[in-house]
Amino acid sequence: MARAVTTNRVVISTAAAWLCGFLIFFPILWMVLASFKTELEAFAIPPSFLFFHWTTENYATVQERSDYLLHALNSIIIAGGSTIIAMLIAIPAAWSMAFSPTKRTKDLLLWMLSTKMMPPVGVLVPIYLIYRDLGLLDTRVGLTFILCLGNLPIVVWMLFTYFKEIPKDILEAARMDGATIGRELIYVLTPMAVPGLASTLLLNLILAWNEAFWTLNLSTLQAAPLTVFIASYSSPEGLFWAKLSAASTLAIAPILVLGWFSQRQLVRGLTFGAVK
Amino acid sequence: MKNVLGALMGAAALSLSVPALAETTLTIATVNNSDMIRMQGLTSEFTAKNPDIQVKWVTLEENVLRQRVTTDIATKGGQFDVLTIGTYEVPIWAKKNWLVPLDKLPADYDVSDLLPKIKDAVSVDGKLYAAPFYGESSMTMYRTDLFEKAGLKMPDSPSWDFVIDAAKKITDKSAGVYGICLRGKAGWGENMAFLTAMANSYGARWFDEKWEPQFNTPEWKKTLSTYVELMKEAGPPGASSNGFNENLALFDAGKCGIWIDATVAASMVSNPKDSKVADKVGFALAPNTGLGKNANWLWAWSLAVPAGSKKVEAAEKFIAWATSKDYTKLVASKEGWSNVPPGTRTSLYQNPDYLKVAPFAKPTLASIDAADPNKPTVKPVPYVGVQYAAIPEFQGIGTSVGQQFSAALSGSTTVDQALSAAQSATEREMKRAGYIK
Repeated sequence: MARAVTTNRVVISTAAAWLCGFLIFFPILWMVLASFKTELEAFAIPPSFLFFHWTTENYATVQERSDYLLHALNSIIIAGGSTIIAMLIAIPAAWSMAFSPTKRTKDLLLWMLSTKMMPPVGVLVPIYLIYRDLGLLDTRVGLTFILCLGNLPIVVWMLFTYFKEIPKDILEAARMDGATIGRELIYVLTPMAVPGLASTLLLNLILAWNEAFWTLNLSTLQAAPLTVFIASYSSPEGLFWAKLSAASTLAIAPILVLGWFSQRQLVRGLTFGAVK
Repeated sequence: MKNVLGALMGAAALSLSVPALAETTLTIATVNNSDMIRMQGLTSEFTAKNPDIQVKWVTLEENVLRQRVTTDIATKGGQFDVLTIGTYEVPIWAKKNWLVPLDKLPADYDVSDLLPKIKDAVSVDGKLYAAPFYGESSMTMYRTDLFEKAGLKMPDSPSWDFVIDAAKKITDKSAGVYGICLRGKAGWGENMAFLTAMANSYGARWFDEKWEPQFNTPEWKKTLSTYVELMKEAGPPGASSNGFNENLALFDAGKCGIWIDATVAASMVSNPKDSKVADKVGFALAPNTGLGKNANWLWAWSLAVPAGSKKVEAAEKFIAWATSKDYTKLVASKEGWSNVPPGTRTSLYQNPDYLKVAPFAKPTLASIDAADPNKPTVKPVPYVGVQYAAIPEFQGIGTSVGQQFSAALSGSTTVDQALSAAQSATEREMKRAGYIK
């Protein structure tokens, strides 16, 4: 009897988990489906779920009208570059804050976070003027730099919380065994922090990939990433839902695939503190 | 040694002379609508005739584009050589000297052929600051079959009373047919474009001659209560989130009896590829109340050159090409007359080939002629613009008033509350901006 209840529970909780997963995934699925519809079918009421005339014409149109590869390459360079630089700056910063805090560490952390509280449009004009004078408008370097700065507070915060979870005693034990700082970092700290580092890296990459304020405002042609590519298919006057869906599917495809393959690290990283 | 030096100098001179011979690359910022996309596709025709000019496109959604080009032009960022701007921006930007006046257009451009109202809308002090690429007004589109079934006949210039009565009569909610579809989504270019034009026909105005907001007047109350009541009785559910696209989808699917919106929609609803009711659509002017103003707006997407551009000559060349009579002919020869950009030139409305394929041509022209950006409503106003007031503060004010009116439509606030909130928000903003004390 007891066993039957357990099976039921497993079935119900599995079904509930699948349902939740499906509900969360549904908008993306709907977008992918809409990208294979004609414009007329894309806004048909009632909408058709699977039984419609499948077409790839939207993808052909998108490919013909814009240079997807250039935008995707820009996205990869800008998101990847800003993430790597942010990590390089944030790891030592978070390490020192977590393991040798001073009495100002907390204020410093809060001050860093407070920069995220200001709406970015508030500094658009000054940043634009600086970029204009430095010749950074519409350059990958300029975008990488601003995204790196924008995400740095979050990266430092995340890494700080992960590092703080690592017991100091372990590091001390390593030191007692004669480990130098370098060995301590490589052989003790890194393996323990890998899930945290991986999830911070992935989250930062996703944030940089999706960033749509600075990338839209500071790029024109050469450095324009996928956010600009999507913005060119949206329109308040004219129905381009199917084309917009095709463009969006193409834009999220790389990051979606990456997320799929790295979900184990993501989940491990997010629950890192809980399994200490 | 001398020879080597000579050769080096020669090479240097040659390499220096290359940029002079090199191509000029124009970066054009534009909105994403079918006419602009078509122009993008025909760029090769222009570059074939002008091999020294290369054209690069930045296509963006309207609101993103507005923010993007405004930032660039205000800071003289110089990222664009040709801008696509609306009639709202032209007077404001021209007064700030942000635009190059287009006074060097070639003789065969025929400026006098531009529709007078559209030309006025893109000129300041008689000088053309942008060349209209396509122009639009708004008009009444209706389902001839539903009107016939209800025994109604739409006049060429209907009154609001008739439209309201007809909308109620043809509503059949059980069959999913709603008498009227109107914009409800909040935004200065969304519901406020429609409501400001409607208010003009009821004799209301945004500001009096001293820039005092006028939402506390009986004219605005009549406008908003009529709109909310009509939409409650004969409008589709969830109308407060409907903009142009949502209403277009509803009308195309046969769910709307009447739709009052941009004239550019006429070619979309009568295109059998997209619309289920393509052969059952009639057109009339936007409604009026007999006060001498119809509820129609005026808008033109136009091409302009930002001041400080280093490629003015090439930019002007491109603009002259894209807004010329020859461009219209080019589109007609490649994609048919029904796809030419409408609403800018008198000659198009005299062209029998166009009139044959565009049953909506005459009401479109009549609607454009009926709108006057310099005298938008019955009483005098201090601003220019039919469905907006061309002052920089309007985008913010229009959107916050639009949110109040959208809330009144959804029923989360009353008409009186919405009007009084609109009045105080507008007063506050106008005081802050120094128009009133």
